Amino acid sequence: MPIKKSEAGAPVWMHRTPKTRLLMWVGWLALVALFVFCWQVMTKDTIWYFVADAPRQAADIGSRMFPPKLDYMNELWGPLWDTINIATLGTLLAIVMAVPVAFLAARNTTPSIRFVRPVALFIIVSSRSINALIWGLLLVAVIGPGVFAGIIAIALRSIGFIAKLLYEAIEEIDETQIEAINATGASAMQRLDYGITPQIMPAFAGITVFRWDINIRESTVLGLVGAGGLGLKLQASINVLAWGQVTTIFIVILVTVMISEWVSAKVRHSLI
Amino acid sequence: MTVENASAAPRIWRKQPFIKNPLTRWGLYTAALIYLALAVSTVPVNWARVWEGLDRGWRFVQGFLVPDFTSRWGDILIGMQESLTMTVTSTVVGILISVPIGIGAARNIAPAPVYAICRGIITISRSFQEIIIAILFVAMFGFGPFAGFLTLSFATIGFLSKLLAEDIEDIDESQTEAIGATGGGWWQVVNYAIQPQVMPRLIGLSLYRLDINFRESAVIGIVGAGGIGATLNTAIDRYEYDTAGAILIVIILIVMVAEYSSGYVRKWVQ
Repeated sequence: MPIKKSEAGAPVWMHRTPKTRLLMWVGWLALVALFVFCWQVMTKDTIWYFVADAPRQAADIGSRMFPPKLDYMNELWGPLWDTINIATLGTLLAIVMAVPVAFLAARNTTPSIRFVRPVALFIIVSSRSINALIWGLLLVAVIGPGVFAGIIAIALRSIGFIAKLLYEAIEEIDETQIEAINATGASAMQRLDYGITPQIMPAFAGITVFRWDINIRESTVLGLVGAGGLGLKLQASINVLAWGQVTTIFIVILVTVMISEWVSAKVRHSLI
Repeated sequence: MTVENASAAPRIWRKQPFIKNPLTRWGLYTAALIYLALAVSTVPVNWARVWEGLDRGWRFVQGFLVPDFTSRWGDILIGMQESLTMTVTSTVVGILISVPIGIGAARNIAPAPVYAICRGIITISRSFQEIIIAILFVAMFGFGPFAGFLTLSFATIGFLSKLLAEDIEDIDESQTEAIGATGGGWWQVVNYAIQPQVMPRLIGLSLYRLDINFRESAVIGIVGAGGIGATLNTAIDRYEYDTAGAILIVIILIVMVAEYSSGYVRKWVQ
């Protein structure tokens, strides 16, 4: 415990030693310097007039956003259905691809730790690093705009997420059950079916529903890059500065996200 | 697993179904099937367009395998610079704002009105996606990384305050009591009893958020909030797939470096 002698010679408790204090001070100084430097670089092209003007702009947009144009809702049912389909079908497609990847990536089920596992991990990492919107941007350029591009974008983004959490669940299973199944003379497939699957099923269902919830969120904005759903209407409304319609879309998105969150929380709760 | 001698032991063991109640099970299966049929039938797929696009997709794969870093290197550099500076500044500002809000949103140390206000701020910040906030901020503050910085700071507040508040609610109360017993005031309790308990996790969460902010900074450029996303969007619009491939490789590398280093630092802190 760091102690300093007071002038009378009595020990005084100190929170940290002088060396730690100096190190922490240098650390904080470096952080502040980094922040100031980044701030300078970032704002060197900022037009401060626009920034100063922002409160007025905000008030202007705010006044146009209210009241929301609620009869626009009639045009939103179709895109809403598309949005839910993008998320659900995308998640299903992702499951189909993610489950084999997860079994190839898990240390205890992969056929080869040296060759197959790195490939599976690479698939997981590259799928996870790229946001669904960027996948959407690419796919709209490749297979044309529309719901189909959105489904594929969501699926490609979700593979990494589902596969990563699933292979971690597979690695954590109880090996004694596999041994027990093995002792009955089961084949590899039976081991998988009776030993591993029942153990990872709750985790798998939880992960899937959780990802579905995230996918609902993401699919509401995928339309911004042309991949179908509510985002398309949002983009169209913003382009014509119809802020009343934008508010309606925001409300729809908010309600959809809240419902999906509720459903996912409910399902995960009943699983655990 | 079936029993060998069925006549001696007529009962056959079957695996337990995942959903126990047969009515719910079959109901759910039927509903899922009907939904799937409906959903698939309403997805319009222009197979001719997809077939045409495969060629383009193949060119993109080629661009990814043989990326072109040189011809647009200046643009990539500016985009990366904007993204990285945006990430750092927004994370720092976000943390600075979210710490007081997080303390205010912890039920065990904040008075009820402050708690309600802080929880309200968190809910607002969490309910919308970064990209939607970016659209609004771009409309208010003009194009460029400043709008992106504001977006990411705003999103950081919701994320960090919520987790910090939950963490403060989970602390060991005996330490608070001990500091209180020495006659420490509210500030001293926060500083000596709560801060040491939540600090490791706060550092971990901040690093995690830094990581998230970088990923998001690559996306919000699509709606005009600066950063590498804008460069990527331009590259794809120009059909320069080799440049797009290069940008994606740079993003993946930085995300991987950030993920590994933040994981390492978190292990070291905790």
